[in-house]
Amino acid sequence: MSLKDVISPFYAWKKTLDKPYTIKNPIAEREGAERYRGFHTNDVEKCIGCGTCEEICQNEAIDMVPVQGADPQRGDSGLRPKIDYGRCCWCALCVDVCPTGSLGMSNEYKWVTPDAEEYRFIPGVDIKPWNGAEKGYKRSDEAWLLRPGLKNMPVVEPEERRQTFDEMALGYNDNLALLEANRCLECGICVEACPTHMDIPQYIKAIRENRLEDGLQILYDTNPFSESCGRICTAHCQDACAMAHNGDAIGIRWLKRYITDNTWQRRDDILHGDNRITERGKSVAIIGGGPSGLSAAYYLRQQGYTVTVYEKHDKAGGMLRYGIPEYRLPKAVLDREIETITRIGVQLKTGVAIGGDISFEQLRRENDAVYIAVGAQKGTAMPIEGMETPGVYIGVDFLDRIAAGERPDIGSRVLVVGGGNTAMDVCRSSVRLGAAEVSVLYRRTEKEMPANAEEIEEAREEGVRFDFLVSPVRISRLETGLRVECRRMKLGEPDASGRRRPVPLEGSEFTLDVDSCIMAIGQKVDSSMAHGTDVHITRWGTFEVNAETLQTNVPGIFAGGDCESGPDDAIKAIADGKKAAWFIAKYLQAEHN
Amino acid sequence: MESGASSAITVPTEAHSDRTDRLSPWNPFWARETELDLDSGRYVKIWQGPQHPGVTGNMALEVTLEGDVVRDCKTHIGYLHRGFEKLMERRKWIQCFPIVCRICVPEPDTNEYLFAAGVEELSGVEIPVKAAWLRALVLEMIRVASMTMGLGGQAGAYGLGIVGQWAVVHRDYMLDLFEELTGGRVYHMYILPGGVRQDLPEGFTGRMEKVLRMFENLIADIEKVMFDNAVFKARTKGSGVLPREWVEPFGVTGTTARAAGVPLDVRKDNPYLIYDQLDFEKIVGGESDIYERAFLRKEEILMSIRLIRQILKRMPGEGPVRRKLPNVLHWQVQAGETYVRAESGRGEMGYYMVSDGGEYPRRVHVRGASYTHAMALLEQMARGQSIADIAGLMVSLQTCPPEIER
Ligand SMILES: Cc1cc2nc3c(=O)[nH]c(=O)nc-3n(C[C@H](O)[C@H](O)[C@H](O)COP(=O)(O)OP(=O)(O)OC[C@H]3O[C@@H](n4cnc5c(N)ncnc54)[C@H](O)[C@@H]3O)c2cc1C
Ligand code: SF4
Ligand code: SF4
Repeated sequence: MSLKDVISPFYAWKKTLDKPYTIKNPIAEREGAERYRGFHTNDVEKCIGCGTCEEICQNEAIDMVPVQGADPQRGDSGLRPKIDYGRCCWCALCVDVCPTGSLGMSNEYKWVTPDAEEYRFIPGVDIKPWNGAEKGYKRSDEAWLLRPGLKNMPVVEPEERRQTFDEMALGYNDNLALLEANRCLECGICVEACPTHMDIPQYIKAIRENRLEDGLQILYDTNPFSESCGRICTAHCQDACAMAHNGDAIGIRWLKRYITDNTWQRRDDILHGDNRITERGKSVAIIGGGPSGLSAAYYLRQQGYTVTVYEKHDKAGGMLRYGIPEYRLPKAVLDREIETITRIGVQLKTGVAIGGDISFEQLRRENDAVYIAVGAQKGTAMPIEGMETPGVYIGVDFLDRIAAGERPDIGSRVLVVGGGNTAMDVCRSSVRLGAAEVSVLYRRTEKEMPANAEEIEEAREEGVRFDFLVSPVRISRLETGLRVECRRMKLGEPDASGRRRPVPLEGSEFTLDVDSCIMAIGQKVDSSMAHGTDVHITRWGTFEVNAETLQTNVPGIFAGGDCESGPDDAIKAIADGKKAAWFIAKYLQAEHN
Repeated sequence: MESGASSAITVPTEAHSDRTDRLSPWNPFWARETELDLDSGRYVKIWQGPQHPGVTGNMALEVTLEGDVVRDCKTHIGYLHRGFEKLMERRKWIQCFPIVCRICVPEPDTNEYLFAAGVEELSGVEIPVKAAWLRALVLEMIRVASMTMGLGGQAGAYGLGIVGQWAVVHRDYMLDLFEELTGGRVYHMYILPGGVRQDLPEGFTGRMEKVLRMFENLIADIEKVMFDNAVFKARTKGSGVLPREWVEPFGVTGTTARAAGVPLDVRKDNPYLIYDQLDFEKIVGGESDIYERAFLRKEEILMSIRLIRQILKRMPGEGPVRRKLPNVLHWQVQAGETYVRAESGRGEMGYYMVSDGGEYPRRVHVRGASYTHAMALLEQMARGQSIADIAGLMVSLQTCPPEIER
């Protein structure tokens, strides 16, 4: 031991002269770091109450609670996360997973209160000094735990599909389906948005777990047109999807199709393998073999009612068959899907028009209940001069002829008028009929087009041109072809539908010379078969019903689908069918007692 | 006390020296024991802990003394058991990442790294280059902080409280940097499967250099008051000698092994992250006493400081720091098992992980140096020591009860 070793430790005394390490007023002087994970912030306007934060919190620190001001609405559960800071470990998993990016953390960490209850609060709703704080942890896109990109559906190339009515979307393979199914959060915000409330998270889960039979059962619990809907559904669910807030919505429709693609050969076995239907001895007549009528038939038959569907066309399917073209929904798919319905004992009488072959009154007398599902089938003509000119067609009639196997000669220059999905089907069918120049005229702008964006995009890919803010005013015959006089429009004040009303621009007239002109501007309900009965009809020709039960003013007579609302979409028609089945059964049981 | 079975305890027959030659894991000396007659009046049994300033965390030693000399020592744990390993079997893979850091308070990041590395290995996820550098940076930062605390504890165990205070303050300067980089002070939750949370904040390197200088000054001060201190030397030199031959059978690693002349360092023996791209040598001693172990820790701190400088200098500038994982809510990690390891401040830390292909780990087993050092080994080494030196011995073996009890 040296003397140095004895003296050396006294060096510590020198430190008494140093500046103290501690700071005087830590509460004021010591702010949390720029990215500190302190008390949460939540932009409650942006938050949709999906509950994914609650799901991922491994401390179960989050409870989703109703809050004032955030009312439940489409795509928003109305709930907001309430966080218990006795449990939170500040891991920010909730922030990193939040699909909307509404949740963040402030850099506040010094807040104390003597009331333990106050440590449970709703960030962004309960007033805290750090609400809306700029500093603190915010997740970057890189840190987002979820994958924004949709797995694209393989499709036939535009050049090739111009030549054929064959189906263009090829369906997901196993790998794509699994990857896409994996993106789902299982938050279930989509279920409310679906008119028939399909249990989307559960069937997607079934895909992930390779239980496609279960998946099929889940689909058919609420939708007997799942195979068709997997192709043509308007997919309100995808509009509500939480993932759409920072990326692409889950490809719900395509996942549904994936289940049916892989199970349709065994469908009857899977669904009805050992089902015995107990007959109830009551009969229901259904007018119209479209999706709505057949859905009602399927669920009523399953409950043991004798169901007969009357369809005036040669084949059932309604607009799914005579409207939607083959390249979007192959007839073979529709045929086999309808067979699944008829095979459980639904009677289908095609080629029988009610109001013509059989009167409405007779049907009513012979059955215990009636469901009217005649759709909105009547194409609308434009109130302009020259509508009768040969070479001018009505959209739905045109599609109807194609569906029936005709290939009308429309020449090479085709003008399509309208901005909805019918217009899209018409213009794209025209391309497939061989027209070299197809243009769509629409009186508003692309933003107001009711057709869905995907269809517009695909039409463009196939060479269709769009001309916006234009409306035809007169059609006349030329030696070869037609002359369509048009007028330019501008957008004025919003109308009842909320879209800005088109107003003609004086002096903007011009002409277009074409071979055919197809009007796809809407359909109307033909309710004539109920004329002269006591069933109430609105001034638009639609059937008036109790919105909750779909019963008309006459007990035992129900109506739904397009004929109740005017042209809408397939899933609404299916939902109505399911709902009608439920209330018809209820009506029949009550009647029985 | 009633006479009978309970009044006698058994201890190994012989003294240290002649045990070592016959030592092997299959022929352990501790299997042959003689009884201490507690009724003879020669012995007194006392409890050190579970609350005791010499222990960082809760753990008890049941020591039987003859005068001041420890004749028998049993280690007792269970005061800190939080069941993390079991909890993980009920957590989705991603949900485990905020749990693992809590296994070790002074050195959480090693756990974060190992858990992430294990999941990545099982699932085949590769992390971006930059993330590997940031991970190494964080691991060295925490080694500095935790070993400095360790030195403080070591000094404190001999009454040199001031070093402990300096150590804690300096750890806090390092924690400030952690806070800047990771958003957390003690538990950083920064390394997660797929990479790390964020890149360096602006100006970080400069602020880091300032703190590293403070640490260098601190070490210089500690050398004066602790390593050049007559009392510390007198009490630690030649005390708590760990025979080199014990290293392997007891599974001793880290500075404790290196102080015994056994050159084990996972960073060199089994390089992970970017350690093969750094210039450094293993620091090996030989005396294997408490002084040597503390001395090596001090040297390791200085080396980690050099490594941090190297890392910050060589780290790629731009680039992603995190790879997207499959949807973490239903992430199924490929079935398999793996053992991943890293050099923590206390020695080898390892994670043995099993996946059955599901959304939850089937098994996560944490291997930490404290468990091996402070349980069986401490029981053996305590014998023959003065009771006054037990705390110092315990700290010198890098005992961290929270890491023993997962
Ligand atoms: C061109 C076009 C494209 C469309 N594309 C889509 C799409 O992509 N996605 C989507 O979701 N929806 C689409 N729709 C809408 C969708 O097809 C309809 O909303 C849906 O078919 C309505 O179903 P429904 O059962 O109410 O009526 P309909 O499908 O119209 O069925 C009514 C049925 O009743 C029959 N009928 C009518 N009167 C009588 C009578 N007196 N006696 C016996 N039978 C009668 C008709 O022949 C018809 O079969 C499209 C519609 C059209 C016109
Ligand atoms: S994850 Fe985000 S959007 Fe969903 S409820 Fe939580 S805070 Fe709101
Ligand atoms: S920070 Fe972590 S522990 Fe806290 S609420 Fe969010 S997920 Fe739960």
